[in-house]
Amino acid sequence: MTWEHADKTAIVGVGATEYYYRGQSEPRTIYDLIGEAVLKACDDAGISVREIDGFAYYSGASAGYTDKMDTADIMEMLGIPEVRFTAALTSGGGGSAGSIGLASAAIVAGSARYVVTIMALQQAKQRLGTVFAAAAPDPINSFLQPSGLVGPGHLMSVLARRHMHLYGTRREAFGEIAVSTRANAVNRPTAIRREPLTMEQYLEAPMIADPLCRLDFCLETDGAVAVITTSTERARDLRHKPVLVRAAAHGGRREWGRAFAWMGMPDEYFASAGNRPIADRLYADAGLGPADIDVALIYDHFTPMVLMQLEDYGFCARGEGGPFVESGAIRYGSGSIPVNTHGGQLSEAYIIGMTHIREAVEQLRGVAVNQVDGAEVALVTGGPASLPVSGLILRSE
Amino acid sequence: MTVIAQALPGDNISITMDNCTAPFWEAAREHRLEVPKCGACGTFRMPPRPYCPQCQSQEVEWTEISGKGTVYSFALCNRSPFTGEEFHYVPVVMDLDDAPGIRLVSNLVEVEPSAVSIGMRAEVAWNPIRDGWVLPIFRPTAE
Ligand SMILES: [Zn+2]
Repeated sequence: MTWEHADKTAIVGVGATEYYYRGQSEPRTIYDLIGEAVLKACDDAGISVREIDGFAYYSGASAGYTDKMDTADIMEMLGIPEVRFTAALTSGGGGSAGSIGLASAAIVAGSARYVVTIMALQQAKQRLGTVFAAAAPDPINSFLQPSGLVGPGHLMSVLARRHMHLYGTRREAFGEIAVSTRANAVNRPTAIRREPLTMEQYLEAPMIADPLCRLDFCLETDGAVAVITTSTERARDLRHKPVLVRAAAHGGRREWGRAFAWMGMPDEYFASAGNRPIADRLYADAGLGPADIDVALIYDHFTPMVLMQLEDYGFCARGEGGPFVESGAIRYGSGSIPVNTHGGQLSEAYIIGMTHIREAVEQLRGVAVNQVDGAEVALVTGGPASLPVSGLILRSE
Repeated sequence: MTVIAQALPGDNISITMDNCTAPFWEAAREHRLEVPKCGACGTFRMPPRPYCPQCQSQEVEWTEISGKGTVYSFALCNRSPFTGEEFHYVPVVMDLDDAPGIRLVSNLVEVEPSAVSIGMRAEVAWNPIRDGWVLPIFRPTAE
């Protein structure tokens, strides 16, 4: 049965700073970036920043890897008079899509009216690529860190290897994800990487953690994105056509758990993205299935995790992700399910999942740079990582 | 030129422990591989935690295992995580013969990286690290 609150809330505003290569946003501060994104999101919605009364974060309200977002600081900085809801999903980027569900929960509960979700990051101090190696080893990661799996890409290379072993997945499949995503970034002024990429270039790129090469890894960038969610009723009086929250889900199962920070997953979870339970719940709540999705914004920190999410979300059968992407199925303009039409985190910018929400909104408003004709339903996913993982289905009214 | 996968230099590796994980490291220091097994239901768990996830018991039996196992998955790395210079090492996830259901994340050494495969048999070896501790690593066996 469809979720009782399906379509009751809507995204009404999106704002973003420019995207910077890692470290290039300095000397601006993290709060400077947050303020710009929030004010632009309010402008986009057609509301005053003073109307924001809710904050729904993810990643424990951390801003990247070293900074925190604090609601009182943001209220003081922007002159927001009163907050009625302020909360965060736990863990990391797995909750990016689910944070809109948290915002919706605040709204349908009557706690808050205009809820903002924000992510901002600056990587001058600590880059993502070595975030685990830089952490002081605690008693639990003392069982992981000494192996030299220094970053998330190294860790996920082990999952990718298992997928290749079980299903015969080829590097060319990961390459197709890198190449097709880059093709979507070529015409985008916002994209950090715009030069076209060929399969030959992909296969010649230096290996970082075999089977993964440099081009399987997402960008390391700075910037901020803010998204405003409100009730659909209020949304109808605002500037843009509302983008309805059809369903949102976060969580996941213990078999996935801490995922590649643990490596204890049973076989059917190990070579996956841990999103299957989320997908099942999301489709049931939405009353929709994979065939209804017009554009998929799939969290792409590393190419194999896109492939495994395509399986988790039912665009192809388990183990068929390789042949599926190699068939051209995810290409914008010609594929059956266009994926990451904005160039994703691989080629546009990495703001821990927020650029995917931004692109979904632009697609459903019909104003995307790489507009999917007649796009009415968009899927957004959070990063395959330690639980929660998450998903979001948005639709145009 | 033949490349052989190395152990990471122990001088760069630190660990910490708590009362729950210390028996693992105390045993490893004496070149014994011991893992926690639930004293109530017999389920193995790693990393060591204060409760059995199967039955919630806090009873634990530290159990010595043979150190033989099978490569479940792996990566091939060619840069030192400490200096960024060329350095060949092979992170592995190991299934353990005597402790079904748990895995160790470790390194495979004394092998050409190009020869590593899933399903390869290996046995525990020992890499001395900082502060007198010893890290279990693995090397292929003939079997
Ligand atoms: Zn037990």
